[in-house]
Amino acid sequence: MLDHPRGPALLDAVAALLRDVLMPQLPAGSSAAFQARVAANAVDLAAREMRLGPAAEAAAAERLLALLQPGGAAQTQDTLEAELALAIRSGAIDDQSPALRAHLWASTLDKLAIDQPSYAPYRRALQLRAAPAQPPQE
Amino acid sequence: MSGEPAALQAGLEALLPRLLPHTRRITGLQRLSAGATLQTWSFDAEAADGHGHPLILRRSPGGLRGNESLSLPLEAALVHALAGSGVPVAEVVHTLQPADGVGDGFLMTRIPGETIARKIQRDAAYTTARALLVRQLGMAAGALHRVPLAALPTLPVRSTAATLAALQRRSAALPQPDAVFEFALRWLQRHQPAEPASLRLVHGDFRLGNVIVGPEGLRAVLDWEIAHLGDPAEDLAWVCLPPWRFGQITQPVAGLGQRAELFAAWQAATGEAVDAERVRWWQAAGSLRWGLGCAGMREWFESGRDPSVERAMIARRVSENQIDLLRLLDSEDACA
Repeated sequence: MLDHPRGPALLDAVAALLRDVLMPQLPAGSSAAFQARVAANAVDLAAREMRLGPAAEAAAAERLLALLQPGGAAQTQDTLEAELALAIRSGAIDDQSPALRAHLWASTLDKLAIDQPSYAPYRRALQLRAAPAQPPQE
Repeated sequence: MSGEPAALQAGLEALLPRLLPHTRRITGLQRLSAGATLQTWSFDAEAADGHGHPLILRRSPGGLRGNESLSLPLEAALVHALAGSGVPVAEVVHTLQPADGVGDGFLMTRIPGETIARKIQRDAAYTTARALLVRQLGMAAGALHRVPLAALPTLPVRSTAATLAALQRRSAALPQPDAVFEFALRWLQRHQPAEPASLRLVHGDFRLGNVIVGPEGLRAVLDWEIAHLGDPAEDLAWVCLPPWRFGQITQPVAGLGQRAELFAAWQAATGEAVDAERVRWWQAAGSLRWGLGCAGMREWFESGRDPSVERAMIARRVSENQIDLLRLLDSEDACA
């Protein structure tokens, strides 16, 4: 029903406008220039969320259902996530369980891919996962 | 100049001749930090011969500050007490009195140098400093951790148990409980170290950004506003928190070097051994505290207390702290 271009493409265009057209017109080092850069980063984040979020949420939902095995009525994702957190807090779920740790890692990596894909610890975690045999570069 | 700066200029021009009798006028007044409740101003008290006395004013124009923060007069008393202790600090020139009419705060000597972490990490001017800073940070931490408490004003105590309890309370108060934070809390509970054998002065925000660096290295430790008595391992951990490495992730200490060098310098300064597992506990507690702080920004944004894009983006930095926690507590990476 909806026509193109869609949300992510529009946001890409807004980020480019902010960075390539508007920011050069603002005084370097000014608060306005800083705010514009933050805004461009926020627009990029929202575009990544629209592109990557649905698959990340669906994968998390599957893992949560396997971990919690909830009975009864269908629950929202927020409810399932809260339930898992409370189960860790109470000790109802063993926090050393490999399945739990795999879920926490997968969710966190998926979040970083949206929130801050250039964050150096995230890049390093990805690099070590791709080539775990490499010793850490001190 | 009008409004607040003009009023402050007038207030300082009335005050400074009483403190530094040769002062004729105030020049170069500029605000360095834009906090709503804590301001830092830079200016020179210029004498008749044109010689300027470089000064910094830290003041609160009124209003509430974070409940973790020391009052400005207490911070001034602490920094003043540290003169001659071996901890490099700026000289406190004057603690403001109500009769001074320029707010609550204190004046200190302005030390020239760089505070911006990325410049210290990257600029050619700091090549020599970079080779020395890890050791100098270890020595400065050692010096502040062995200051006799009798020489200090009364400071709040932050025990290990109270730190953990506060993290549990804040985590439980989140609108949406978080699995990674709860995972970290379980680890912190299971590995909680004994209280330190003796309480020490702890800076509380010991990191790049809060130190002044010159080409020859460390010149002063700044920003004592959350200093307290507690476990010195907290400072050795905080300076290694991943956000304070500013991208240089394989260099745990301030993005500049390895923990072994920091610990060796601290041990040389204090004559005590570093318990690396205790430091690791405080690093996890630090990342969790930082993560909870970011998570709390969601409420600031959604309630309209601060609807800025900048505030919203801080709330989306929760995941940075979460990967820092997972790397530290559930990976084999030695530079987590």
